[in-house]
Order: sequence, then structure tokens, then C-alpha cells
Amino acid sequence: MTVLFDGVASGMLLFLISVGLSVTLGLMNFVNLAHGAFAMVGGYLCVLLLNRVGVPFLAALPLAAGLTALVGVVLERTLYRRLYTATHLDQVLFSIGLVFMSIAAAQFLFGAQQQPLTLPDFLRGQISLPGLDMGAYRLFLILLSLVIAFGLQRLVGGTRFGAELRASVDNPRAARGVGINVERVFTLTFALGTALAGLGGALGVEMLGLDPGFPVKYIVYFLIVVAVGGSGNITGSLVASLILGVLDVAGKYYVPQIGAFVIYAVMVVMLIFRPQGLFGRRAAR
Amino acid sequence: MSLATFDLTPLRRADRWHPAELAFWLLPVAAYLVFPDNLVLLTQIAITALFCLSLDLILGYAGIVSLGHAAFFGFGAYAAGLLAANGIGDPLAGLAVAALASAALGFVTSFLVLRGSDLTRLMVTLGIAMMLYEVANKLTDLTGGVDGLQGIEMTPLLGRFTFDLYGKTAYWYAVAVLFLLFWAARKLVHSPFGLSLKGIRLNVARMPAIGAPVNARLSAIYTIGAAYAGIAGALLAQTTQFVALDVLSFNRSAELMLILVLGGSGSLYGAVIGAIVFMSAHHVLSDMNPEYWQFWLGALLVVVVLFARDGVMGGLRRLSHAAGGLRKGAR
Repeated sequence: MTVLFDGVASGMLLFLISVGLSVTLGLMNFVNLAHGAFAMVGGYLCVLLLNRVGVPFLAALPLAAGLTALVGVVLERTLYRRLYTATHLDQVLFSIGLVFMSIAAAQFLFGAQQQPLTLPDFLRGQISLPGLDMGAYRLFLILLSLVIAFGLQRLVGGTRFGAELRASVDNPRAARGVGINVERVFTLTFALGTALAGLGGALGVEMLGLDPGFPVKYIVYFLIVVAVGGSGNITGSLVASLILGVLDVAGKYYVPQIGAFVIYAVMVVMLIFRPQGLFGRRAAR
Repeated sequence: MSLATFDLTPLRRADRWHPAELAFWLLPVAAYLVFPDNLVLLTQIAITALFCLSLDLILGYAGIVSLGHAAFFGFGAYAAGLLAANGIGDPLAGLAVAALASAALGFVTSFLVLRGSDLTRLMVTLGIAMMLYEVANKLTDLTGGVDGLQGIEMTPLLGRFTFDLYGKTAYWYAVAVLFLLFWAARKLVHSPFGLSLKGIRLNVARMPAIGAPVNARLSAIYTIGAAYAGIAGALLAQTTQFVALDVLSFNRSAELMLILVLGGSGSLYGAVIGAIVFMSAHHVLSDMNPEYWQFWLGALLVVVVLFARDGVMGGLRRLSHAAGGLRKGAR
């Protein structure tokens, strides 16, 4: 039971970070391997705000997310937008370049060591039910993720902005024709994606750790979630993250010999039988 | 219009060796004379060039994107390394085994890779490479895990040339293999088979209409590319007498992409020049400051993608076009 709970919690964390990628990759069709770098930015900002500035944890989270989004917007306006129409390969190369730069910058600014993070008292501790030990922080993560998943689903599926976004992606020319400011929609969406990455990164410091290698270490996981869940699909990402989180924790717990192998194998098999993801619709290109 | 009236002269002419190319292949000799103390680095450059050539064949010519090409490099390195560590130290036998092993792996995985779009391909190739990495990491009895595979002992090349401490034999061995395989690749891309690959890259929908079996061709070139990468890996294992787990890493695949894009994909010389430029820059810059190196590497990648998509070879081509235009203008 506890393994299952931990699995769900780590799945939720995975979801928080990768749903941002699902937004940029799936909705905007941009292969952004630098997503992990944005999560890392969020993580470092959160640690800085907490340890140097002394902002309380709950206030540091949205601040970290907002500042990361700001970084994202600046990069989007200057660099990313030039590559929206480029091939996937160019996008991959470009974002790998950003990843390398971010790793070197983090190493230079913060050093190679893990960053410490002290949680506030009410998030430490354990809540014990019969047969189940729940870490308070994990419970917090699960609840927060559910709220965000629900909110995003509403935003993309049920608001005017969501409709404009889907229109801009499916047919930018026609969307411009009916008066949608496609550039603005893309910038906002990119900001949303990076904000989610920053938030996920900030929340992940406690469980995943934070060091300059972060963007490369976890990017594979994020991509798996998006690939398996079907890109641009929020429910799909949620289910995929949960499966992945539970499998990962259970695998490491019960059969540590094979470790991460299972996850890659599951992803490859998955992609072969359903290249468009579990819940995905066929990609436009 | 019947097929026979097509003028094939330009295609035939492209197959002929240009004098500049012959001059280019004198570079290894010059490098040997000018930098006799850096033979280890020069050997590394030759190996990287071969590895890059293999990616160029599948990406530059056939247009198959791959984020896990290190899988074949590492597989070949381990195949050759294990063979030598278990008593069969003949270098050429090692190369053959590595080539066959990697080709087999390439052939089997080609069916997985060829399904789906670019994005799926990126993910599947990445997944396969990561799986191999995990396997090599966990099979410590066989591969040595993170400590690397040790105990590789090579017998003399062709029974005559021992691998010396200065790396002279290793250097000429690597350069000779690179040249032979380059020559073969050059033949290949100018053959009808190679031209059909270009056709597939440029218009995949139209190729079946002129009778080219798209999937069989792609699967064949993927297998060939895998064999090339395996041979490059085997060369690394044999010349350094060590296989580190890092041969299978994501960084190696990503770096390789960068080298190819830097040199200019879709041109065999682009792959080789990219390797030379990249490895020399790496050597010089990382000596100065290893941390900044990665930063500038990333910056370079961003700049290349944004402004110089066709790399060094594209730049050269544009220069020669400009020069040609000037000459015409003067006339």
C-alpha cells in the first residue's frame, strides 16, 4: 500500500512537470527538450527564495513558477518563435543546445552539489492510517496536482482561450483570419508551459533532488509521459504519469536489479503499438 | 520520354574524385607529421569522424532522425571489447564481429524505428539506447558496469604491427579503416541505391510511385549505418583498450548530432570536417576551462540551428557559389 502511495505521489510530481511539456510539445507541436532546464530554473529559484531571501514555502512556489515563466517568455520572444515552423530535428538540436547552456550556467552559479531544501513544519511528518503511511508532503503533492490537472483541463477544453489555442495550432492561417492573435496565444501558452515546469521543478527539489545534471537526468521521463500519454492530452498525461510513477517506484522497490530498464521497455513497446499515445489523436504532421 | 534519353552525366560526374578530395585525404599524413605528439587525439578524431559518417548516412541521406545512435557505437565497442578480453585479440576479427553484431541490432531495431513520425522515431531510438545503457550498467559481471570493461589485449595488427605506446599503429589503423569505409560510403551514396535514399528524404510519398520500396531501403541503410557505428565503437575499444559505460550515453548521441550539424549533414565530408572542427575545439577549449566548454557548445548549437543550418559544408558551398558568380560577372 505504501509503495502504491509513494508511486502515485511520484507519478503526480512527474505529471506536474511533464504536463507543461505536454502543453508545449502537444499543443504547440514544438519538441522542447529544454523543458527539464525550465524545471531546473524553477527549482533553483525556489531554493534561492527560501534560503537566501527567506520567503515562506507556499509563497515561493508561485513566485518560482512566475519567474520561470518570465524567463520562458523572454526566450520565446527572442529564440523559440523563429523555430515554430522548423523541422522537429532543428527543434531538438536547438533545445539540446539550451540544455547544455543551462547545465553549464547552473554549474557556474551554484556549483555541482545537491541543493538543500527545508520544508515547512506542516508538510513534514507522516499521517498514519491503518496499513498506510502517508508522507504529508506527498499528500500535498497529490492534491495540488489534481487541482492543477482539473484546472488545465477546464482551461484548454472549456474556455475561450483554450478554443483560440486549439484553433491556432490546428490552422494558424485560418485562426489569423478570424482575428485571433496567434503570436500572443503562443506566447501565453509557452508561458503557461514554462510556469508549470517551474512549479514542478520547485516541488520536485524535495523528491528528485536538484543539481546541474537535472535537465538531462529527467528529460527522458518527461518525454515518456508525453509520448505515452499522447501529446497535448491532459488526462492522458495524468494517467501515463501515474502508471509510470507506480511502475518506477514499485520496480525500484521490488526488483532493483533491472531498475529503469522496465520503463524504457514499456515506452518503446507502447510507441510501437500506439505511436500516437494511449489517448492521443493522430499528429497533424 | 523514355528513360534512356535522360542525361545521367551529372550523376556520373559526381561519382568521380575531385582533386580537392585527394588533397583532403593527404591531411592525415600531414597531421601525423605536424602533430606527432598528439596521435591519441588524432585517433579519436578519426574514430569520431567514422561514427559521424554513420549518422550522416541515415540522417543526412535517408532523413531518419535518431537520438540514440550511440546504441550501435556502444554495442560495437562492447562486442569488440568482450571478444578481445576473452582471448581473441585480433583487431580485424574484432571489427568484423562488432560490425556484424551492430548490423544485426540495427536490422532488428530498424523495424521499430521506421514506424511512426519523426517524433516517435526520436523517442524510440532514445528509448533503445537508454535500454542498452541500463543493461550494460546492470550486467556488471560481463561489462564491468560503471567501472568500464577492462582487460582488453590486442594482438598485432595483421600479425605484424603491434599497438605501441605512442599510438602510431592505432592512428594509422583508425585512419585506414576510416578511409576504406569513407570510400565505400562514397560509392554507396552515388549509387542508384543512394540516390533513391535522397529521393525518399525529399519526397517520401512519391518514391513508391517510381517503384522504390521505401521501407526496405530505409531498413537497409539503417542497418548499414549501425554497422558503421559499431565499427567506430570497436575502433575506440581496441585503440584505448578500455570500454567506458559512457559509450552508450545520451550525451554521446546528442554530441554526435551536433558534430554532424556543425559539419553539414547530407555531405560525407561534412561529417568528417565536423568531427575535426569539433574535436579540435573541444581539445583546445576544455583545456582552458572545462565548465565553459559545455556552455559554448550549447550556444554554438543554438547559433548553428538558427543561422547556419547547413554547417561548414554549406558555408563552403555558398563561398564557392559566390566565387563562381564573381568569375561569371568578370567575364
